[in-house]
Order: sequence, then structure tokens, then C-alpha cells
Amino acid sequence: MLRLSAGVHAQIVGHCLGGLPDEACGLLGGNPTASSASTCYPTRNAAASAQLYSIDGLDYAQAERDADAKGQEIIAVFHSHTHTDAYPSPTDVAQANPLFPNWHYVLVSLRDTHPVLRSYRIFGGRIEEEPVIVDGQ
Amino acid sequence: MPVEVRLPTVLRPAAGGQSTVTVNGSTIGEVLRDLIGTYPSMAGQVLTEDGALHKFVNVYVNDDDVRYLDQLDTKVASGDEVSILPAVAGG
Repeated sequence: MLRLSAGVHAQIVGHCLGGLPDEACGLLGGNPTASSASTCYPTRNAAASAQLYSIDGLDYAQAERDADAKGQEIIAVFHSHTHTDAYPSPTDVAQANPLFPNWHYVLVSLRDTHPVLRSYRIFGGRIEEEPVIVDGQ
Repeated sequence: MPVEVRLPTVLRPAAGGQSTVTVNGSTIGEVLRDLIGTYPSMAGQVLTEDGALHKFVNVYVNDDDVRYLDQLDTKVASGDEVSILPAVAGG
């Protein structure tokens, strides 16, 4: 389960729409024990591509410093799929960083008129979808 | 030459919880090998068995990714800030 505040949910979707035609990406800070994300860190896509994303390293460092200062941790990464489902691609699975076996992977599909947001756990090549709860909705 | 290396949260337990450590070296390769010599549990997380930079981490000297400089041969000077950061990417 991943719990998002309504504000974080809106920021994720807004950043993804703003990144078009490229994929957009970012990080979520929060409480790993509660699987609750309360801070959205939109980051630059260093790959600048409609097919790939790569979190800009300096943006990662800045997000982590801010999360540290708030007593939070980076618990999730999000990115958009501009023309496909909100489901991890083979590249997403291959690139899932084994340093973070407990991260949540949030996918936003922009294929249809209304963005679709889903969340997954990815570890050891396995994909498991998890429910997303948006507080205040 | 002593060099300060900033560690991401995920690697800090391997260094006794420190966010910044001081190790020795005049190139990134030397710095990382000294880091692993001092904190052996980082071995498989920073460098591969062949001694190459692991694909799941990025190393920056100040604001520059060493993959776009001279990789492990990138020189470090006194006062440079070296940061290890997780690589987060997909498609």
C-alpha cells in the first residue's frame, strides 16, 4: 500500500503533464514504516527522452538533503509513460535499483485523456501492484 | 590526499551511520578503493567485482558526474566535494 496526500498526488500528475512530450520523473519523501508520502520532489529527467528517464543526480542529492532535514526518507520514485500503460516496462524492472528493495515505484500513464496513477513494488525481477490511497479523496 | 566523500542515506549504515567520511586518494578510483578498504561492506554496492563503477551508483566531483569526465581516472584536488548517489532510472 502507498498512501499519498492529495497535494502530493496533484504534484506528481502535474509534473508528469508538464514534462510532455518527454517522460517526467521525481521522488517522494515520507515515512517508510507507514508507506506514506508527504513530500513530492519533481526532478529533471537527465535522459530528456520520451522513452527513458534518469533522475538527475544533483536533484537526487537535494531531495535527500531536504528529506533528511524533515526527518523523512525517500520512499518512492515516480515517472510517466507517455504512450503506454501505467505498468513497469522491462527497462523499469531491469533498472530497479537493488539498493532500494523497499521502494515504491509509481507509474503515471498519460496515454489517455485522464492520467492514470498506479504503484508497484519491484525487486528481484518481480512486479507486485499495490493499492494507492489518496488522503482527502 | 584526504578527500571528503558524502554518502547517500542507503550507504550510511555501512559507515557506522556517518553521512560524510574522509578517505585518501588523488583519483576517484583511489578514493573509492580506499573507501571500500575502510568500509568493506560497501564493496558490492559501489564497485563491481572487476573494479568498475557499479551501474546503480553515480559519483560526482562537485557538480560533475565522473562518467562524463575521466570515470575512475578523474582527478580530485584538495577541497573537491565527492558525492556518491544512487542511480535511479528506467523507461
